[in-house]
Amino acid sequence: MMFYQVTFYVLAAIAVVSALLVITRRNPVHSAIFLIVTLLSVAGLYLQLQAEFLAAVQIILYIGGVMVLFLFVILLVNLEVTVRQEPFNRMWWIAGVAALVLLAELAITYYLGRQAFATPVVSAAALQPNTELIGRTLYQTYMLPFEMASLLLLVAMVGAVIMARRR
Amino acid sequence: MVPTSHYLFLSAALLTIGVIGVLTRRNLIVVLMSIELILNAVNINLIAFARQLASVEGHVFAIFVITVAAAEAAVGLGILIAFFRNRETVNTDEIDLLKW
Amino acid sequence: MPQNFLEWVWLVPLLPLLSALVMLLVGRSLPRAVVSWLCCGTVGLSFLVSLGIFRTLASLPAAARVYEKVLFTWLPAGMFQTAAGLAEFRIEWGYLVDPLSAVMILVVSGVGFLIHVYSVGYMAHEGGYYRYFGYLNLFMFMMLTLVLANNLLVMFVGWEGVGLCSYFLIGFWFLKKSAADAGKKAFVVNRVGDAGFLLGIFLISTTFGTLSFTQINAAVAAGQLSLGSGVITAITLLLFMGATGKSAQIPLYVWLPDAMEGPTPVSALIHAATMVTAGVYMVARTNALYQLAPLTLEIVAVIGALTAIYAASMGLVQNDIKRVLAYSTISQLGYMFLACGMGAFATGIFHLSTHAYFKALLFLAAGSVMHALSNETDIRKMGGLWNRIPLTARTFLIGGLAIAGIFPLAGFFSKDEILWRTFSNTDYPVGFRQVLWGIGLLTAVMTAFYIFRLVFFSFFGQSRVPREVEHHIHESPPVMTIPLVILAALSIVGGWVGIPAALGGSNPFEDFLAPVFQSHAAAASVEATAQGHGLELGLMGVSLVAAAIGIGIAYLFYLRQPELPDQWAFRFSRLYKLLFNKYYVDELYSAVFVEGPLLGKTMGNSFARFDLKVIDGIGVDGTGWFTRFSSRLSIWWDTWIIDGSVRALGFTVRLLSWPVRVIQTGFVQAYLFLMATGVVVFFFYYVIRYRDEIRQLLQLR
Repeated sequence: MMFYQVTFYVLAAIAVVSALLVITRRNPVHSAIFLIVTLLSVAGLYLQLQAEFLAAVQIILYIGGVMVLFLFVILLVNLEVTVRQEPFNRMWWIAGVAALVLLAELAITYYLGRQAFATPVVSAAALQPNTELIGRTLYQTYMLPFEMASLLLLVAMVGAVIMARRR
Repeated sequence: MVPTSHYLFLSAALLTIGVIGVLTRRNLIVVLMSIELILNAVNINLIAFARQLASVEGHVFAIFVITVAAAEAAVGLGILIAFFRNRETVNTDEIDLLKW
Repeated sequence: MPQNFLEWVWLVPLLPLLSALVMLLVGRSLPRAVVSWLCCGTVGLSFLVSLGIFRTLASLPAAARVYEKVLFTWLPAGMFQTAAGLAEFRIEWGYLVDPLSAVMILVVSGVGFLIHVYSVGYMAHEGGYYRYFGYLNLFMFMMLTLVLANNLLVMFVGWEGVGLCSYFLIGFWFLKKSAADAGKKAFVVNRVGDAGFLLGIFLISTTFGTLSFTQINAAVAAGQLSLGSGVITAITLLLFMGATGKSAQIPLYVWLPDAMEGPTPVSALIHAATMVTAGVYMVARTNALYQLAPLTLEIVAVIGALTAIYAASMGLVQNDIKRVLAYSTISQLGYMFLACGMGAFATGIFHLSTHAYFKALLFLAAGSVMHALSNETDIRKMGGLWNRIPLTARTFLIGGLAIAGIFPLAGFFSKDEILWRTFSNTDYPVGFRQVLWGIGLLTAVMTAFYIFRLVFFSFFGQSRVPREVEHHIHESPPVMTIPLVILAALSIVGGWVGIPAALGGSNPFEDFLAPVFQSHAAAASVEATAQGHGLELGLMGVSLVAAAIGIGIAYLFYLRQPELPDQWAFRFSRLYKLLFNKYYVDELYSAVFVEGPLLGKTMGNSFARFDLKVIDGIGVDGTGWFTRFSSRLSIWWDTWIIDGSVRALGFTVRLLSWPVRVIQTGFVQAYLFLMATGVVVFFFYYVIRYRDEIRQLLQLR
């Protein structure tokens, strides 16, 4: 059990720290790399939560697809100019305050209800085999949202192609 | 076992960091990346509760979130490229045409 | 269709009116030939209709020769109180056809037609051709309306109308100052008389409650008013005042000599044959009233006789051929009024018609002479024209014989009848009427003299025509000479319809007019003739001798011993000057009425100043100021209130939308920040509100 908590805290720390670095780096490439690190640690957390399928999807899709896309796009825009510019806009402190207030709110809420968010009662094997269960639920109960999601992807694809097309 | 509340705290932290990034950064690409952070925070929340309640719906929902995130990233970056071609800038301060 | 033809009486005045309107509207662009044919044609047609009316009327029995044709009701005024009780006062536009008006329309349209034809030749080289004929036709319409009117108000319309046309035509060559002044003088002097006429009309309407002739005659016949009552005398005197103005009697005759500034055919038509006879006609038409006022009749007769001799005296010494004829006209009009004053209305009308023939002839012939001599009117510059312009000369001579009253021309019968009636009228005391007769006789001598002065001096003897004019002497074209010939024929035979019983005639003229006049004088003259025709024949002889004396003196003065006139003028120089300067009456009138402090220019000027400063100042300038002021008010209102409310609306919208507007920065992160803030706030709100439930929910788990 100790191992369990230690990995949690380590992964959580890496995630938070690298998230902080994502938003503070001047160079967007650095931000992208640190986001990849964050996503990796989140994938590790998924594994801890017995969500293997999702961990795999996270790595393949999110990191392997979305972040690669991000990196390509970063290369297309002016890097040299961006690096020398001011990273934060003029409302950074009020935004920070608002976000911290939000954090405080959430923290207080979670703290007050920590009894309710206790260790799960069910066994670890409740969601096994994970992929099969997910597949079954997806294709049976949530068939319609699944099809809509695919339609959404199609639309997004067409949209992205048209948007980025050279006129 | 780690109590769910820990995961919730982590999720809240990531969310807040993502919100700060969205509201504060001048570079549009970093803003989009911060949005990905927020979505990931949400995902953690979902999976944590799925484990506590032994429900697979949480996983399914998380998959959908990732799908939508991918689609949104693609479209968003496409718009960004189109905009960059016209304006030669990706700074949010300079993209303020929709005003009174 | 005897009765039906009389229905067409309204054509008689209408036809000339139509051509006058055509002239007024489009005459300027019409060719001269069209103007001539149209204007002469309509008058000719009127004459034909008048002939038809006359024949129809003559074919009716004497008692039935009255026909009234009403066209429309002009003034349905309603009830009002009169001396005769409550009366309904209405004026209709109607025409009265009876022997008197039939004779008048024949004379007016017939002589008018001849003068129109003559004008075609006389005015051939003048400008304003269409205007001349337009005015002339308008005059014909007015005169025919006057003569045909069935009530005093329509007659007054015609009365004023002929005065207006006279003004237009006297001042036809308005660019010449003397002509324009003469026109003005004519109109103003006429107006003075018309004031009296109007007052007479008002008195009649309050006394009788009607202005229609037939109704007035009926009221008189019913014996509503006593003989010689004050009201009737006043009425008739006022009416006569109008007559003195229109017919140029003392004291309102001064416009007629000046009216010779107009074209000669105008003088012939208006100031000899027709307009100036309107006064005589009016007296004849209202004879029923005059016969009830013997005092007025006396005054009429006296003024007539005095005017006759007064005007004849001035005509003796004038050197302008037209002026002589003008004074002659005044004099002859005096004869007509003398006749009416003597109660011999029919005789007055008889003399009116014969005078129309020979005076028109004399004027037209004079115009022909002027035409031949390039518009020369001074008889001292004429002479020896008898063989140069033979037709003109001979017709002029015939006219002269007629006016002198030589048997058997027209003037003899009419003038003689007047003198006879004057001498023999038993209504007047013996001495009185003989005096008047004597004045008339003396005037006849003078008439013969001055007319033959013209004849001998202008046509016979040495030619005093200036060299450059002498080359151009030529007879007038047929369009001018044919009317002369026709009028000469009328001057010869025109009197034969009135041959008295004394000479074996039946005097059909007087018989024809008798129903209109139902006069005492007719009875009186019957009495007189019953005494025997001897007296009448004797008086006729006396007047012939008088005429012969006049002619003889003229012959002596101007053919036998031409140096005599100047000798006599020198010997009686003061008298000569008095006559030549028209008794200085014009100067007297000018001093009192025109320049005079009380009545003349000063008053007029002060009225004009009042009008200009006060009335124009308040009315016109004041209105202008007020308009500008109210428009400034309008501007202020529009700018501040109307525009203000619109602007206020816009301002309110902007004011209320300010909070919403300033949020739209275009800065996406600002929008997101607001969303985040919103989330925070809502979260807070719900957590605080439902904290108990949440606590419960969480504790349960």
